[in-house]
Amino acid sequence: MTFLHRHRWATPYLLLLPGIAWLAAFFVVPLGYLLYQSLQSGSILTGGYEFTWQFSNYWDAISTYDAQFLRSFLYAGIATTAALLISYPLVYWIAFRAGRWRNLALLVIVAPFFVTYLVRTLAWLNILADEGPVVGALRTLQVLDDDGRLLATTFAVVAGITYNFLPFMALPLYVSLEQLDPRLLEAAKDLYASPVHAFLRVTLPLSAPGIVAGTLLTFIPAAGDFINAALLGTPRQSMIGNVIQNRFLEQVDYPTAAALSFILMALILVALLVYARAVGTERLTG
Amino acid sequence: MRFVKRHALTAYALLAFAYLLLPIAVVIMFSFNAPEGRFNFVWQGFTLDNWWNWDAVPGIRHSLVTSLEVAVVSTIVATTLGTLIALAIVRHRFRGRGATNMLVFLPMSTPEIVLGASLLTLFLQSRVATGFLTIFIAHVMFVVSYIVVTVKARLIGFDRYLEEAAMDLGANEWTTFRKVTLPLLAPAILSAALLGFALSLDDFVITYFVSGSETTFPLFVWGAARVAVPPQVNVIASAIFVIAIVIMIVNVLWQYRGERRRAAEAAAA
Repeated sequence: MTFLHRHRWATPYLLLLPGIAWLAAFFVVPLGYLLYQSLQSGSILTGGYEFTWQFSNYWDAISTYDAQFLRSFLYAGIATTAALLISYPLVYWIAFRAGRWRNLALLVIVAPFFVTYLVRTLAWLNILADEGPVVGALRTLQVLDDDGRLLATTFAVVAGITYNFLPFMALPLYVSLEQLDPRLLEAAKDLYASPVHAFLRVTLPLSAPGIVAGTLLTFIPAAGDFINAALLGTPRQSMIGNVIQNRFLEQVDYPTAAALSFILMALILVALLVYARAVGTERLTG
Repeated sequence: MRFVKRHALTAYALLAFAYLLLPIAVVIMFSFNAPEGRFNFVWQGFTLDNWWNWDAVPGIRHSLVTSLEVAVVSTIVATTLGTLIALAIVRHRFRGRGATNMLVFLPMSTPEIVLGASLLTLFLQSRVATGFLTIFIAHVMFVVSYIVVTVKARLIGFDRYLEEAAMDLGANEWTTFRKVTLPLLAPAILSAALLGFALSLDDFVITYFVSGSETTFPLFVWGAARVAVPPQVNVIASAIFVIAIVIMIVNVLWQYRGERRRAAEAAAA
């Protein structure tokens, strides 16, 4: 204690030490190892890998798996947009119309999180099953052919991703709408703005931070996901996460898997920067 | 027409709620199914057998116990480390504060598969055998950031008068922290810990990479999904869901009561 009294400046560093040491040892250092691994060459069959500044790993990885990268970002983009479109009106209702049902409504939004991720994804297998009610109804309505199916399609994978990450979109949106001062809307109305106009000029811009946060929180895990493609799709829907998982754990091709991981991170970073530019916000780090 | 216009949004909200709850209802419903073959896809008939014999499937009990053990120890450690970081960031001005914020933010914005792959690389290169210990290490790592964010949010809107009063009355820093700061922060720390526990219990991707031959409940489900998922998986998932919802509701009611009491006190004063 006397040490602390004499060295006031040391207090924050002592508070930080254990946690930051943990993050440094098990987040920063592993990324360094992954980088090192990504520049190795060799084969597990011929005595393992050696560090050889093998930059061609990156080029090989990109040119071999460009389709999966493209698919990941496409699926993640569609799912993020769908999550935004589905959750915005819902969250708007909770923030402005739900009244005393508000807390219950929020509980429903987070409820999917309380069912194990894999199990709630598997539930879509039941719902979209070939013998299930949804496919049956769509076949009767002739939306689907008589042997048409939903499982093992791109639709199933994107729908699974949308469902799984929707709360990540809805919660920050809710926070930004809830903080919106209703007097601003009254002012807009007094100044003869139509409801549509008031929404476009007041509500929407003021909820922008929520849209930004929600988009990031949805897009990043969606782009790296491999569970939905593995459980609800086929190899034709395989995303970059599936490739990394396969290369790393099944093919034991560590350098390729490591290079793919870094490319994924870099692409996400680029997407974030482009997005931040586009929306002109500096609130990325909350 | 006016009726439609007024209630369109409410109708939409109800539909959206149905969409959010549908898979949960399916999970619970199929925990009561009596499948004829190995596949639990089509409704065959109602039974309670799966609930009575929830651990009849080899390995399922062990996986659940492992998940709970990992979640308990990693939540305790991560909550402690995270709370200390949050206190340092909010309460102190120091060199490297921005970098600290960044380091806390980064793991949350890195895809889980990259976190898992990089940790496995570390363990392989340093020849650490993967298993319970490495799962624990990984879980603390990714839970810490969420703890920091949750506790920090609460600390920012926290007035320091009570602590200053305690100091004025002669309490030293440690006593003030123990008797004033910690009790005031307890609800925030508790909800952060609950979040951390839920995240740890549900994690699949990172655990999949660093688990070695150890099996947690999500890993058990993954293994089962490759063959046929037994209804007991639905039983455990339903039970976890019900417990979590009850905790959430108790938490909400507790907050209501606190708010009402504070309002009453304010009115009395």
